[in-house]
Amino acid sequence: MKILVPVKRVPDPTQKPKLKDGHIDLTGASWIVNTFDEYAVETALRLLENGDSNTRTAGSEIVVVSLGPDDAAKEIRTTLAMGADRAIHVVCKDDEIDSLAVVKVLTAIIATEKPDLVVMGKQAVDGDANQVGQMLAGKLGWPQATFAASIELKDNALSVGREVDGGVEHKKVPMPAVVTVDLRIVSSHAVQNGVTPATFAYSGEGARLPSLKGIMAAKKKPMAVTKLADYGTSPPAIKEVSVTLPPPRAAGQIVADIPTLVKKLAEEAKVL
Amino acid sequence: MPNVLAFCEFTGAALRTSALSNLAFARQAATAHGGEVIALLVGHGAAAAGAAAAKFAPKVVTVEDPKLEHYLAETYAPIVARLAKDQGASVVCATATALGKDLLPRVAALLDAGMASDVAKLAAKNQFVRPILAGNAYSTVEINTPIICVTPRQSEFEPAAELGSAGSVTTAPAGEINALGAVFEKLDAQKSDRPDLGDAKVVVSGGRGMKNGENFKVLEQLADLLGAAMGASRAATDAGMVPADWQVGQTGKIVAPALYFAVAISGAIQHLAGMKGSKTIVAINKKGDEPIFQVADYGIVQEWEKAIPELIAEIKKLKATR
Repeated sequence: MKILVPVKRVPDPTQKPKLKDGHIDLTGASWIVNTFDEYAVETALRLLENGDSNTRTAGSEIVVVSLGPDDAAKEIRTTLAMGADRAIHVVCKDDEIDSLAVVKVLTAIIATEKPDLVVMGKQAVDGDANQVGQMLAGKLGWPQATFAASIELKDNALSVGREVDGGVEHKKVPMPAVVTVDLRIVSSHAVQNGVTPATFAYSGEGARLPSLKGIMAAKKKPMAVTKLADYGTSPPAIKEVSVTLPPPRAAGQIVADIPTLVKKLAEEAKVL
Repeated sequence: MPNVLAFCEFTGAALRTSALSNLAFARQAATAHGGEVIALLVGHGAAAAGAAAAKFAPKVVTVEDPKLEHYLAETYAPIVARLAKDQGASVVCATATALGKDLLPRVAALLDAGMASDVAKLAAKNQFVRPILAGNAYSTVEINTPIICVTPRQSEFEPAAELGSAGSVTTAPAGEINALGAVFEKLDAQKSDRPDLGDAKVVVSGGRGMKNGENFKVLEQLADLLGAAMGASRAATDAGMVPADWQVGQTGKIVAPALYFAVAISGAIQHLAGMKGSKTIVAINKKGDEPIFQVADYGIVQEWEKAIPELIAEIKKLKATR
């Protein structure tokens, strides 16, 4: 089984955003693999290994694809160090692409690579758009299972627990399909592949950290480098006009005790 | 073609409150584009809910078929995309609920439409303001495709008011329905008599400091006293203390109630992104230097074990005097 995992590098979300000329200033920013995409790599690994004996399913492959500038290669290597087998780096500037362009590139790569499954994060934590997975599935004419909190792989189909308003929906999709993962996909028993014993518990602390052996191995793993122009994308249809920072909330007050709080909520804020 | 096709969620014969926010956005977009709002209801019972929708939109289209009983993006998206063309829409919108977020990007792909997610404001005809970086910045985007898809945020658009006279209701055929092998298996519903987190005027949220699910009972007492919805931080839902769909934050629900209680929540950026639009925020935590106090209007530096029972007693006292 072959899984394709699209990943994006994002500015470290713990940095406070700064503006320059009405747009986010990313000079000197530190970059990380989008957390949801890291979880997607973790999910792909859990689908294709015996977690108990720490062995990969024979003949399985995980291919990582990323669109980004030259120096995004560093974040792509991180996913190889986690255990992905090879990578495709489509070199482009961030302002040359939008969701539609990313989908066009991924569609072309999928036509060549013919994966059985695409697993990706539900959203990137910079743009917070939550679009590409659904758009990709629509373009490919594949079924989709978004916001996956659990996956059970059985008989070439996936039963996916999806976090929706009011509970968890269980949806079954045949492969090939597109799955986008939510945060809880990395909990201890969230991924069941019929190979790892159901009793085996993953740490549940997030995605695995690359081991030293993994980091060394990643240096030798193949990374194909292509250009955006190779895929015939159009100029972005979505343009950022400007960015503003929200005004800070006015300073609040520490209230001495509960009776004072209730009085203030009733009389000052008029919300009780 | 200047019309706005508004995909509306409904329960029984009524529109969901979240759909009214979508219709409020749709009215603004229709004015900007010089067209009219067309409400689209798809699924089991759509025809019955059509009359309710007609109170809010000049034109309603319903699509009903037994095969559409359970929502699937695979079956719904082609219907929405086809009707967008048939109805002359230049904007297709759906509230940014779990369903809207699942559905609309797929519709956009079928229409080659540019899309703006989680929109907070219509800035100009084709310009939309939306939060990025966990709500720490707002980006204005311009979209230049013949059809544009938008998911407005429920918390940013006041529900649309009823029109003076009811609109027309027509039905459209479902056409060929192909789920591409996808099957709805079941919904493990979180049954609750409390209001929806997205609609609630008051929200009571607990965090990691609540220690376990049993301890949330005292917060639930407070919530029930105030007719509030329950929320939680990601730390609390990840630890399995409370259901996942209680999560308020960048990756959970975005809420903007009149009153928000953050109890034993430290206030990670992730959480603040989901609640800092609340009108009045009360933080209760033990140290007083937690980041939540920087966005709170009122802070109480106390352990929740002491503060919450006293708060419940004081609110009961207040209510008794009215």
